[in-house]
Amino acid sequence: MAVTDTINSTLRKVPAWAIYVAGFLYAAWYFYLGLTGGLGVEPINTLERKYGLTAIQLIIAGLAVTPLRRWANINLMKFRRAIGVTAFFFVLAHFCVWALLDVQTLARVWADILKRPYITIGMGAFLLLIPLAATSNNLSVRKLGPKWRQLHKLVYPAAILAAIHFIWLVKGFPWEPFIYAGIIAVLLALRLVPKKRRQPAPRRATT
Amino acid sequence: MAYRWKNDLTHADVTPKAAWLNRRQIMAGAAGLGAGFGAASIAGSASAQDALEPNPLEDITSYNNFYEFGTGKEDPMRYADQMEISPWSITVDGLCDNPGEYSLGELTEGLTTEERIYRFRCVEAWSMVVPWNGIELGDVLAKLGPKPEAKFVAFETTVQPENMPGVRRNVIPFPYVEGLRMDEAMHPLAMLATGLYGEPMPKQNGAPIRLVVPWKYGFKSIKSIVRISFVEEQPPATWNIINPNEYGFYSNVNPLHSHPRWSQESERVIGGGLFSSRQPTLMFNGYSEVAPLYEDMDLDVYF
Repeated sequence: MAVTDTINSTLRKVPAWAIYVAGFLYAAWYFYLGLTGGLGVEPINTLERKYGLTAIQLIIAGLAVTPLRRWANINLMKFRRAIGVTAFFFVLAHFCVWALLDVQTLARVWADILKRPYITIGMGAFLLLIPLAATSNNLSVRKLGPKWRQLHKLVYPAAILAAIHFIWLVKGFPWEPFIYAGIIAVLLALRLVPKKRRQPAPRRATT
Repeated sequence: MAYRWKNDLTHADVTPKAAWLNRRQIMAGAAGLGAGFGAASIAGSASAQDALEPNPLEDITSYNNFYEFGTGKEDPMRYADQMEISPWSITVDGLCDNPGEYSLGELTEGLTTEERIYRFRCVEAWSMVVPWNGIELGDVLAKLGPKPEAKFVAFETTVQPENMPGVRRNVIPFPYVEGLRMDEAMHPLAMLATGLYGEPMPKQNGAPIRLVVPWKYGFKSIKSIVRISFVEEQPPATWNIINPNEYGFYSNVNPLHSHPRWSQESERVIGGGLFSSRQPTLMFNGYSEVAPLYEDMDLDVYF
C-alpha cells in the first residue's frame, strides 16, 4: 500500500484548480497551433477532433475516479468536479468548432443535427451534460441533496452516446474509437459490481 | 469519344517551383497568380474553373487518404516513403488484345504526357486543386485493345504488407480495387497521372501511376496501380464493398445526393486556414461535359 499512499499524499498537494488551468491552456494551445499552421493544412477538422477526443478522455477520467478509489485505493475524489467541468468545457469547444468553423451556418447546423444520426447522438450527449455542468457547484449539491447524485448519473448515458458518436463518424475500421468504447463499457460495468463490506477503505464523507 | 480534352494552360501558367515550395510566398502572391489563372479557361468547362489555382505542394502531399499507410491524413506523408516503386510492373489482363506484364515505360510509351489542372473533391467534403501530369486513360486503354465484350475496366493497388502499416492492421480490405464503366474510362477527362507540378508522383499521392477521374469523388481515383483488367461485369470497388449504402459504384460528385452521414452540398477547400469558408459543391465537380454519360440514369439510385 506504500505506493498508493505516496500517490495519494502527492495528489493531496495538487490543487484541483490546476486541472481547470491546464485544460484551458491545452485548448488554447491547440487553437493557437490551428491559427499558425501547426495543425497541418486542414486545421478545422483536426481541431474539432482534438477537442472531441480530449472531451471523451476526460469523461473517461471522470468515470475512473470511483473505481480507482474502490479497487486501487487511489483517491482522486477532490479532482472529480474539475475533471467533469473541464470535460464539459472541451465538449463545448468541440461543438463550437464544429458549428462555427466547420459547418458555419445555422441552417446547416440544424439540418445536420436532425438528419445525421451520429451528430444527433453527439448533440444528445452534449445536452445531457449541460445540467451536470450547471449543477457542478456547492450550492447545487446542497440544494439538490440526494437528487444531485441521481442527476449526475446522466454522465453514464452521455458517455455511451459519446462512444457511439465516435465510432459512427469514422470511415473503415480504425481501432481507436473501439478502444475508447471498450474502456467506457468496462468503467460503466464496474458500477454494477455489488459493494462488499470486506476491508473498508478509510473514507471521508464525500459527494 | 468525339473530342480530345484541350489544355489551354501552358507551362507558363503553372506556379513557379520557388512559389509552390514556399507556402507563405504563394499566399502573398495569391492575388497576382489568381489573375494569371483567371485569363486561362479550360475548354468546355464551367465558369468556376476560370479561377482554378493549384494548391501548394505542401497541401497536396500532406493531406491524403491512402489507407495502406494508415487512416490519418498525415500517415501517407509519414510512411509512404517505405513503398517500393521501382521496378514497377502493371499486369494487364481480361478482355483485351494485348494482355501481359507492362513496365511503366512500356505502358506510357509513345503517348502524350500532358499537364492538367483539376479540381479534386473528396467524399469527405473537402477539396483541393492539383496540377497533374500524365496521359489520357483512353489512350492507354486503346493501346491495350479492349475487346467489344469489355464493358468495364478494373484497377488494383499494390499491396506491400512489409512496407504498409495500414495493410498490416487491415483497416479496410486490401488490395484496394476500383473500376469504371468503359465509356467513363474512355472519356477524355479521365487520366493516368504519373506526376504533379511537373515532378514525378510523390509516393503519398500514388506513385508511380494513379488514376484521376476529376468528376468523381477522390476514392475512385485509385493510387499506385499494379493491375488493369478488362471485364464484362461491373467490378468490385473497395468502398462500395465496405459500405454500399454510403459509397456507390459510380460515386460521381453530386451535391444533391448526400452521404448518409454528411451533406455533400458544400466543401472545405484545403489550405484556407482556421476561418476559411465552405464553397458550394458543383454537379460532377464542375465538369458538366461528362453529363451525357449518365443521361438515362437516375443519379439518386446510381449514386
